[in-house]
Amino acid sequence: MTGVMVPLVTMIAILVSLTTMSAALIWMERRLLALWQDRYGPNRVGPFGLLQVVADMLKIFAKEDWVPPFSDKAVFVLAPAVVMTAALLAFAVVPFTPGVSIADLDIGILFFLAVSSLNIYGIVLAGWSSNSKYSLLGGVRGAAQMLSYEVFMGLSLMGVVMLAGSFNLRDIVEAQRGLWFFVPQLPGLVIFFIAGLAETHRIPFDLPEAENELVAGYHTEYSGMKFGMFFVGEYLGIVLISALITALFFGGWLGPFLPPAVWFVMKTLFFVMLFILLRAALPRPRFGQLMSFSWKLMLPLSLLNVLATGAILLARS
Amino acid sequence: MEALFYVSAVVAVIATLRAVTGKNAVHALLYLVVSLLAAALVFYSLGAPFIAALEVIIYAGAIMVLFIFVVMMLNLGPGAERQEKSLLDPRAWAGPALLAFALVAELLYSFSGGGGTAEANAQYINPKAVALTLFGPYFIGVELASLLLLAGLVAAWHLGRREKEATHDSPG
Repeated sequence: MTGVMVPLVTMIAILVSLTTMSAALIWMERRLLALWQDRYGPNRVGPFGLLQVVADMLKIFAKEDWVPPFSDKAVFVLAPAVVMTAALLAFAVVPFTPGVSIADLDIGILFFLAVSSLNIYGIVLAGWSSNSKYSLLGGVRGAAQMLSYEVFMGLSLMGVVMLAGSFNLRDIVEAQRGLWFFVPQLPGLVIFFIAGLAETHRIPFDLPEAENELVAGYHTEYSGMKFGMFFVGEYLGIVLISALITALFFGGWLGPFLPPAVWFVMKTLFFVMLFILLRAALPRPRFGQLMSFSWKLMLPLSLLNVLATGAILLARS
Repeated sequence: MEALFYVSAVVAVIATLRAVTGKNAVHALLYLVVSLLAAALVFYSLGAPFIAALEVIIYAGAIMVLFIFVVMMLNLGPGAERQEKSLLDPRAWAGPALLAFALVAELLYSFSGGGGTAEANAQYINPKAVALTLFGPYFIGVELASLLLLAGLVAAWHLGRREKEATHDSPG
């Protein structure tokens, strides 16, 4: 019985803490953006405005959950669930501490890539089922963008896989005992970070929901908690990419003095803040620029990185 | 786990049948995606997780392109939209959702310690074994496949270049 109970409790604990953390990130993002833009941000509800999230959640639950009569109803309802499920499922392979992770898969990285490729379906289905021009354009943009960036997202991680000699995220963290992989794999890190930005469609890659041209892109027609699921799903994506950068390039839970869990959370939060800082700092490119950047610059760079890493490893062995 | 294998096999068969018989293109494609996910779980239950992951990454990912084509074609004009609307049946949607839910439940069950291979004599195949087979005895096959892909790439480039000259697309 305990054999089933322990992973189940771990799963539920991780699920609850992840969704709470993603909701809290909304407050953190607004405060940090305000700080960098020299204003206050939400600071009225509770200490430091912390209860703003609770107020927002209450509001979003009280709103009318409107399903447009012109939409493809069942797909319309399914799409936000796909986004949330895919984002949460990928956390199954993230090694939080030596003892805490849900699945110790031998193909950890591939599992993450597979699940994140399913994430596109949520966006495309939302865009299509809404039966509105803006949503459809947002959905098509999202599909094109995420397909292109996924290609070199996988390639950028192959250098790490070669150095660690394993797809297992736990083995990869253990292999970084001597040297964190961001030193030998700096190009891989930069490419993965950019791909991660595009994968979570954050600024500067938020063209699927560009509000100055597409209203709100693929989730234009969504309201109430269905919109909330897209919103929380986006923050889950940010946490996921940050946690993976931590595990793959910055030694995961490794670090002196402090307990492993603290190190993991601290490193992850650092990259979450970097995501937010980029939103405060960067403008949005045109869609054509975004696509040619992906295929003409990032893809050849990631291939070169794989080639160079392989050559160096061969020469050393 | 033999049950894991049989459940995902049944899901794959049903989903494929629905994909073939479906009238609405997008609905049928959704069933095709479920069918591919089920096939991935079949591979997983047979002890080949690497192939299972590739099945999802490559096949389920490639279906996205079909989705885009369908979306572009169905939204060509109001006639196509009306035709598509007449096919719309909300009950069709419970199907893929339910089948996908069965797959997720299976996955969670295997993660919680119930996992294993479907057959007692099936051995576990790791990525290294796949690589050694591909670049050992089947090397000529890999090379031929890459030749074929290169030919396809050159052909696609040729077609794309012609179109670009005609339309004078923005330089990006």
